[in-house]
Amino acid sequence: MQPSTSLLRDLVRKRDFYAGGLMVLIGLGIALKGSSYRAGTLMHMGPGFLPTALGIILVLLGIGIAATALAPAGPGSDESQSILPEHPQWWAWFCILMSPICFIFFGRYFGMAPATFSCIFIAALGDKGATVKSTVILSTVVTIFGVGLFSYFLQVPMPIFTWRGGL
Amino acid sequence: MISTALTDLWYGFGVALEPHNIMWCFVGVLVGNMVGVLPGMGPLATISILLPLTFGMKPVGAILMLGGVMYGAQYGGAICSILLNLPCHPPHAVTCLDGFPMTKQGRGGVALGLTVFASFVGASWGITEMIFLSPLLVRAALQFGPAEVCSLMLLGLLAGSTLARGSPVKGVAMTVLGLFLGSVGTDLETGSERYTFGMTELDDGIELIALALGLFGIAEFMSSVNQVAPINTKYTHVSLKDMRPTKADMKRAFFPMWRGTIIGSLCSLIPGTGPTIASFVAYATEKKISKHPEKFGTGLIEGVVCPEASTHSSVQGDFIPTMSLGIPGDAVMALLLGALMIQGIVPGPQLISQHPDIFWGLVASFWIGNIMLVLLNVPLISIWVKMLAIPYKFLYPSAMFFVCIGVYAANNDFFQVGEVAVIGLFGYVLLRLGYHPAPILLGFVLGPRFEENFRRAMLIARGDITVFVQRPISAVFVALCVLLIGSQIYFRLKGSKADLEPADENAGLDGRPAGAELAAQQLPATPAE
Repeated sequence: MQPSTSLLRDLVRKRDFYAGGLMVLIGLGIALKGSSYRAGTLMHMGPGFLPTALGIILVLLGIGIAATALAPAGPGSDESQSILPEHPQWWAWFCILMSPICFIFFGRYFGMAPATFSCIFIAALGDKGATVKSTVILSTVVTIFGVGLFSYFLQVPMPIFTWRGGL
Repeated sequence: MISTALTDLWYGFGVALEPHNIMWCFVGVLVGNMVGVLPGMGPLATISILLPLTFGMKPVGAILMLGGVMYGAQYGGAICSILLNLPCHPPHAVTCLDGFPMTKQGRGGVALGLTVFASFVGASWGITEMIFLSPLLVRAALQFGPAEVCSLMLLGLLAGSTLARGSPVKGVAMTVLGLFLGSVGTDLETGSERYTFGMTELDDGIELIALALGLFGIAEFMSSVNQVAPINTKYTHVSLKDMRPTKADMKRAFFPMWRGTIIGSLCSLIPGTGPTIASFVAYATEKKISKHPEKFGTGLIEGVVCPEASTHSSVQGDFIPTMSLGIPGDAVMALLLGALMIQGIVPGPQLISQHPDIFWGLVASFWIGNIMLVLLNVPLISIWVKMLAIPYKFLYPSAMFFVCIGVYAANNDFFQVGEVAVIGLFGYVLLRLGYHPAPILLGFVLGPRFEENFRRAMLIARGDITVFVQRPISAVFVALCVLLIGSQIYFRLKGSKADLEPADENAGLDGRPAGAELAAQQLPATPAE
């Protein structure tokens, strides 16, 4: 086996390498975008000065984090290096992220009660043990309670039911 | 000086005892206590979820309630640790070690009773410290110019990010990211827009609530969903009678309790060392000075009361820099400070003199709230224990609704709801990459003020960056920063950061039982070797 490929394989397995890489990318993005704003002088700083500096620091830190991934793993570091957890929950993650999206959509066009119901319904579907019946019951109960609390008690200005056509 | 402090305190009691304030304080501790018991809901998530409810309230009531949530959650977390071996909240991870064995021996009630008592002692000490130290600190801080404020913030940020859980470099990276996120939006001095990418909704910057709920709400739900083990409620039957400690127990617990209190208050004086570190140091110390250290972990009452007293003493102590200097020590404090800022109150040394009702009312409400908690915890423990049976599959969808509506209610704008989803996804990616998102919040809250003071300092010094080491007070802070980084590197090279990094990653807010076991395995190596 060639040493270079094994080193590469080591790198690919290491979570810190990606962690550092992500920071380098974010830092680069910040610094590049920041340099389009006026930097000014130290005495009269422009809007771009501090963000650009932060971006550069972030790049350096990212390199530092990625560099620790190159160091040979110590005996104590049997920490999982995989980025995905042991049992990836793609469906649950999707449901949790869809929940606010549903809230926006139904809230904008149909009002608070449908938004609440859909938000809870979608999120609850993510659980492995969720059945349609239990999900419907949970969503209904929380919707009644939530609309009561936020609409009547806290006066959040959002109609409970509305119809804005022209989707 | 003592008499002025007492007069101010008297005034504070007047504020805190106003009917609506005492009601909000009660609501806060009750909800905090309740949610603190629930596995998988940390105080950060709880405070961020409740934050939108406080928008319509007066600032005093709002901060009293949020403060109450925070220390209420601390009391609740102990119940979870002792009866279930679940460290719902990192500071209580160490309480599991001796608390759960006591429960198995049928002495869980005694452990709970003494914990409540020890917590009260610890908290009272922390509050006393706050009453007398804060005015002193303020007097010193009022002399600070922008350069001093800047280096002090730098020290706070560095301490908050490097002493927290996980790798220090990653912590600093998160702080820098937070500082950057704080700069998004309209630049205060020049009025130009930064990083808004043409979205007018971002002109006012990223919404604090969206950031907090994304990072500590949605990201946490994503990492806990379908991972939370069903809870073992075998040992959770505790009656009021069981909670009464015997005289011998009281005697044994007395000195450890005070030692814990002192350790906690010392830890709170060092910026960045929050309750988690305090409780682990307390446990390690107690084990070290004990005559029979080998018995720790088998259900010794000392191992329960010492860390608990220390946690509470340090939690109250953490309010000192937050309220008197405007520099929060950890993410929870940053969130509370953010709540004040939303109410239009500028944090900093002038807070106590400009808004004495907030500061002294808060101090007085701590006493009231802690007494309420003692009274609440004793009769209600059996109800809290029943709450533990609420399955996670009902908990997180309901919490998702609170997240959505809370973020919406901040500005009555759906854009922020989208923001929270994006931040949540990003936060989960960060979690999976081994980052702890808490320092982001710290940087985010301090960011705009840091930039403002940095600019002002540079303007006064005519662009001379050496001003930070020329002015003596500022130089001390910079030296402390260097010392902090130096010691981190030194310990890293020596490979013995173990005693500063006790809270295992898994013992986090997610309440997985694995956390307790891991912490239990780790801890024998923890006492300073």
